[in-house]
Amino acid sequence: MSAHTDTNTGPLEYRSKEGRMNILGFWIFLGAEVVLFSTLFATYAVLFGRTADAPAPSELFEMPMVLIMTFLLLTSSFTCGIAIHHMRRGSLKGLVVWLIVTLALGLGFLGFEIYEFVHYAHEGASLPSSAFWSAFFVLTGTHGLHVLLGISWAVLILIQLRQRGLTPVTSRKVFVVGLYWHFLDVIWIFIFTSVYLIGMVV
Amino acid sequence: MSELTKRVPKQHIVGFIGSIVLTVLAAWTAVGSNLPVPWIITAIMVLAVIQAFIQLFMFMHMTETDSGKIQAGNMLYGFFIAVVIVAGSIWTMSFGYTHDHGGNSDTEQHEEHMDH
Repeated sequence: MSAHTDTNTGPLEYRSKEGRMNILGFWIFLGAEVVLFSTLFATYAVLFGRTADAPAPSELFEMPMVLIMTFLLLTSSFTCGIAIHHMRRGSLKGLVVWLIVTLALGLGFLGFEIYEFVHYAHEGASLPSSAFWSAFFVLTGTHGLHVLLGISWAVLILIQLRQRGLTPVTSRKVFVVGLYWHFLDVIWIFIFTSVYLIGMVV
Repeated sequence: MSELTKRVPKQHIVGFIGSIVLTVLAAWTAVGSNLPVPWIITAIMVLAVIQAFIQLFMFMHMTETDSGKIQAGNMLYGFFIAVVIVAGSIWTMSFGYTHDHGGNSDTEQHEEHMDH
């Protein structure tokens, strides 16, 4: 704890007052994101079962597919943590390599999600099919868009790292995009549990 | 903090293995166990909350620096609002749901109520 408040020896991203305030501000943004997603979860929960003529979720959700997506995102969250660990040890190369691994896993997740959506559409479940599927695609789609945004953002940070190297400013930016990436996994845990697992059980 | 200088980020590895175990356990509880549905839902939601805390504490270092308490308080407040919105919506809408469908909330209802 005390090591992080030391402005001379602590991690680069915490060394300036501005850097610390930026990170605190980003945490407050994440709190608001939790609430944003909660409204989508509430809509989904309320419309659960209202599938009208479209297939029921238990007919379309498949465990292997969902587990692959979950493990891709979970592993990417872990490798992102490893990237931050390398950054704090002052290794730009380690940071860049692990960040690229993270983004590759994120792209893999997105690929599977797009495949999943297309597959469901072929089976007769798309955004306008029923109240249930509208709520499903808006919830998972919003998460998917966040992942896409996170990937694009991290690519821009990688370009800055290449141009400027590790400075208090670039480390703060990496740390913030890292927080965002971990947060996407937090949201996915709840999508995995309350959408897919419950959808397969009920 | 010794975590900074270590070659191997032990905390992250423990968190990662913990997350995998919790994910597999939740998947098994859902499709492999023969527990009653309300128990399954309760169990997997508890597993999800534990896994979310692993992310927040072990990967995101929510409580580090002197802003740690503000950050943790802010996130707890966010999750509190989230629970109120989700549980409150389900509770509110449960009344009309029972009325419309005669308490039939199983997934087969789309076949029985095609005209809806």
